[in-house]
Amino acid sequence: MLLDLSKIFGKPKNSKDVAKDRLKMVLVYDRANVSPQFLEMLKSEIIKVISNYVDVDESALDIQLTKTRSDDGERMVPALYANIPIRSIKNSGK
Amino acid sequence: MGEVIVVTSGKGGVGKTTTTANIGTGLALAGKKVVLIDTDIGLRNLDVVMGLENRIVYDLVDVVEGFCRVKQALIKDKRYEGLYLLPAAQTRDKTAVNPQQMMKLCQELKEEYDYIIVDCPAGIEQGFKNAIAGADRAIVVTTPEVSAVRDADRIIGLLEANELRNPKLLVNRLRVDMVKRGDMMTIDDIIDILAIGLIGVVPDDEKIIVSTNRGEPAINDDKSLAGQAYRNIVKRIMGEEVPFTNFDEDSGFIFKLKKLFGLQAN
Repeated sequence: MLLDLSKIFGKPKNSKDVAKDRLKMVLVYDRANVSPQFLEMLKSEIIKVISNYVDVDESALDIQLTKTRSDDGERMVPALYANIPIRSIKNSGK
Repeated sequence: MGEVIVVTSGKGGVGKTTTTANIGTGLALAGKKVVLIDTDIGLRNLDVVMGLENRIVYDLVDVVEGFCRVKQALIKDKRYEGLYLLPAAQTRDKTAVNPQQMMKLCQELKEEYDYIIVDCPAGIEQGFKNAIAGADRAIVVTTPEVSAVRDADRIIGLLEANELRNPKLLVNRLRVDMVKRGDMMTIDDIIDILAIGLIGVVPDDEKIIVSTNRGEPAINDDKSLAGQAYRNIVKRIMGEEVPFTNFDEDSGFIFKLKKLFGLQAN
């Protein structure tokens, strides 16, 4: 009940949720040993290449580094997760 | 054959030394033969936390350099049967010992003692490498703060890279009142982020400071909440299944606590 009310009145998030979100972000880069700029560069390159073939919705683009279990199932390894909504396929490739 | 457990954290000041002292004392109280090794060369503190600072003759560096036998350097804690401390050197630095020497020392101690608890220095450099060299398992200490959790994550990665699989998490200095009002990460939040198993949660407790002032580990204090938490951790280390106290919500435990001590949660 208290939570719902705070949502309605737009009360800022609990500081512990802010802490958790910030930690999750920073650990993605720590674990993969890359900088946030790296992901931005990667993102723009991916869009550039894919745009040659399909028309993508850049505003809905979701590219992030996450972690996943390795093939042997023993370790967590970084994974590149990309969700790229396609508006239409370009026909120039035919 | 004994077992070597390293207590580590990455970040300084989260309670590695206090944890080492309490776990070691608890294991000795349970009838085990225990050696505590302080590997924080140049910044030793386990001796004062244990109240044994006046009894140091030889130290870790003397042992690895062959100036004395291990037995001569071990300080017997007269209060607890079976508890020994191997202090760090204070006038040298971390390079005075190397991982091979630590491995050899741990191997030797394992022959005679049930548990060897290694107090690791802060950081990820040589001191850390020395401390984990001879370890069979690891306890990662963190507090519910972004800096400590971030460093714990880095340490967990380094432990796994060094074949120390399945480290266990100890969350120290949890403030139940702050968790309740959403100003401190919960145990579930921290486990969710670090993705390792929990060995225990130690609530923030003034009695830790009092006991450190006196050089008497809080695990021996029946009234201390932190002491109770450490007693449970010791049981878990020895393989006993002890249910975890729920600190996260306004649960029965907190209610009981408030009732018992008249504490205000907000």
